[in-house]
Amino acid sequence: MKEISELNLPDDIRYAEDHEWARLEGDRIRVGLDDYAQDQLGDIVFVELPQIGDTFEKGKEFATVESVKAVVECYLPVGGEIIAVNTALEESPELVNKSPYNDGWFVDVNPSDPSEMDDLMTNAECLEKLKGAD
Amino acid sequence: MKESLGTTGLILNEPLLWEKGKKGRCGFSIPRRDVESCPLDEDLTCEGPDFPDLSEVDVVRHYTRLSQWNFGVDSGMYPLGSCTMKYSPKTNEKQAGLSGFSGAHPLLPANLSQGALKIMFEFEQYLAEITGMDATTLQPAAGAHGELTGMLLIYAFHKSKGVRRSKIIIPDTAHGTNPASVTLCGYRPVSVRSNEQGILSAEAIADVMDDDTAGIMVTNPNTLGLFEENIQKIAEIVHSKDGLVYCDGANMNAVMGIVQMGKIGVDIIHLNLHKTFSTPHGGGGPGSGPVCVKRHLESFLPVPRVIQENGRFILAENYPESIDKVSAFHGNFGVMIKAYSYIRSMGPKNLKKASQLAVLNANYIKERLKRTLHLAFDRPCMHECVFSDKYQVAHKVMTLDMAKRLMDYGFHPPTIYFPLVVNGAIMIEPTETESKEDLDQYIEAFKAIVNEARENPDLLHEAPKSCKVKRLDEAAAARKPCLAG
Repeated sequence: MKEISELNLPDDIRYAEDHEWARLEGDRIRVGLDDYAQDQLGDIVFVELPQIGDTFEKGKEFATVESVKAVVECYLPVGGEIIAVNTALEESPELVNKSPYNDGWFVDVNPSDPSEMDDLMTNAECLEKLKGAD
Repeated sequence: MKESLGTTGLILNEPLLWEKGKKGRCGFSIPRRDVESCPLDEDLTCEGPDFPDLSEVDVVRHYTRLSQWNFGVDSGMYPLGSCTMKYSPKTNEKQAGLSGFSGAHPLLPANLSQGALKIMFEFEQYLAEITGMDATTLQPAAGAHGELTGMLLIYAFHKSKGVRRSKIIIPDTAHGTNPASVTLCGYRPVSVRSNEQGILSAEAIADVMDDDTAGIMVTNPNTLGLFEENIQKIAEIVHSKDGLVYCDGANMNAVMGIVQMGKIGVDIIHLNLHKTFSTPHGGGGPGSGPVCVKRHLESFLPVPRVIQENGRFILAENYPESIDKVSAFHGNFGVMIKAYSYIRSMGPKNLKKASQLAVLNANYIKERLKRTLHLAFDRPCMHECVFSDKYQVAHKVMTLDMAKRLMDYGFHPPTIYFPLVVNGAIMIEPTETESKEDLDQYIEAFKAIVNEARENPDLLHEAPKSCKVKRLDEAAAARKPCLAG
C-alpha cells in the first residue's frame, strides 16, 4: 500500500469524506473514487453503477465497489441526475486501480445544486485529513 | 517437534476428469436384465449429460490426489476467526452412521421413527439448556437460515400484536449475513457504531431505538472477540420500546455453560452446530443453524414440532401462529446426530471447560503476539483476537502477504480483512482443540514471518512458496472466473 506522501491527489478536483472525487467539466460533474480508496481496497473486481436517469441526493449511495478485500458502498458527492456512466468498468473494473481520475471514472452528474461542490475538500484539505487519520 | 511443520513432498498433478476419461472405460458392472425391455417415451429421452468414461481406480486416484492438495483441521491448525474450526471427533461420525439414523426416511410416520424423534426432542432441550432459552427449532439448515428464521419470528411476534415495524438495529461489527437476512425479511438494517472499546454502548442504542424498530441483531461475543458487556442494558432499552433482542450465536463457543443468554435479555438466538458443536465445517458437510427462543415466542416456531404425548413422540402441526416450515423436512438430521453425540460425549462440565480453554487459548496468542503484531483492542478477549498489519505497512507488507506466508509454515491462515472495522484485520481463533505446543509453534511461525517482513519482504510478497498452488491471482479469478468442470 502507498504511503500518504505517495498518493496522487490532483488539485483540479474536490474530495468527499468517503473518498469519492468530483470534477467540474463544463456544466456536468464527473465522479469517481480517489487514489487513497483504490489503494486501500486493493484489486477491484466489480463495480456496480446506477442507471442513466437515476437521481440521487448528495451523500446517497449510488454505486458499490467490490475488491478482493471488501465490498464498499459509494456515496454521491454532489446531488443530481446521472447523465452518463462509465460502461467500460463492467468489463474492466481494474481501470479504477490503474487510472482512478481518468479512465476509471464512475458517473457524470447533472447537479441540482452546483454549489454543493464548495462543501467538498480540496486536495490539501484531503491530505491533511489523511495525515490526521493515520 | 522443533522444526517447522511446513515442508515439501511429492504432490501429484491431476487433470480434470473430462481430460482423464477414455471412451469405453467403466467402473462398474450391472446385473443381467431379468425383465422385459420397456423403452421410455421418446419425449423423455435425450443424449444425456457429457460424463467422462472412467475406471474405478481413475476415480479413486483423482479424488485421493485432490484430497492431498487440501488442508483441513485433521491436517493442522485452522484458526479462522469467527468460524470455530474445531476438531470434529470421529465418534460423531460413527453415531451418525448407525443404520437406524442413516437409513431413516423423512416421510416415515412418527410411530416408525420414535428413535429419531426422541433424539430431536432431547437435542432441542439440550440446546435450550445450553443457551438458557426455553424452546428450539432444529429446521434451519445453516447459520444464515437461522438468522432468517429469527427475523421471521420477530415479524410474526409484532404481527400478532397488530403492528408492523420497518427497522432492525445492527452493529458495525456484524457478520455480513446479518444485514442480508434482515433485508431478505423486508426490514431495513440500521447500522450502529461500536465504541472505542470495540463494543456497543447503551447510549448508541438508545439514540436509534424507536417505535418503528422491530429489534436488534447482535453477535455476542462480537466479531472482535469481545463480550458485549452492555447487553443487559441494551436489552432493557430495546424491550422498553417493545422490540426484541436477537443474538447471532456464531461465537457461542466462548460462553457455553457460562452465559445464560435468556437471562441477559436475549429473546432469540441461533447456534451453528458446525461451529460450536463440532460437526464438520466448510466442504466437510452441510451446516445446521437451530434457533432457540424464550417462552413468549415459542408459539411462532416452525412446524412440525416434536412433542411428547403419553410417552410417544409425535409431530405436531397445530400451531396457528407458527411461521410454518422453513425446511422441506426436519433440517439436516445427520448433523444433529453428530452434535448430539458431541454434547453427550462432553457433558455439561466439559462443554464449559471447552469454552474456557477456547478463551484461554485466544488470550495466550493475544498476549504472546501483541508486541509482534498490532493488537486492535488491548483488553481481555473471548475466543478470538484481532490484530492488524499496522506495524508491517512500513515494509510494504500487508495482512494478505503474512497470511499467505503462514501456509509455508504449515498453518491455515487466519481470517483476514474481517471484521471491517479494523483496517487490515487478522482475526485468529485457535479453538480449544489446540495444545500449548501447537499454539507455541504457531506463535513462533508468526514471529518469524514478521522478521522476514522486515528483512526480506519479497519473500512474503511471493508466498506461498511450498504449496501445490502458489500465489493466486485473486483479482483475475474474480474478474474472469473459469467455471469449467
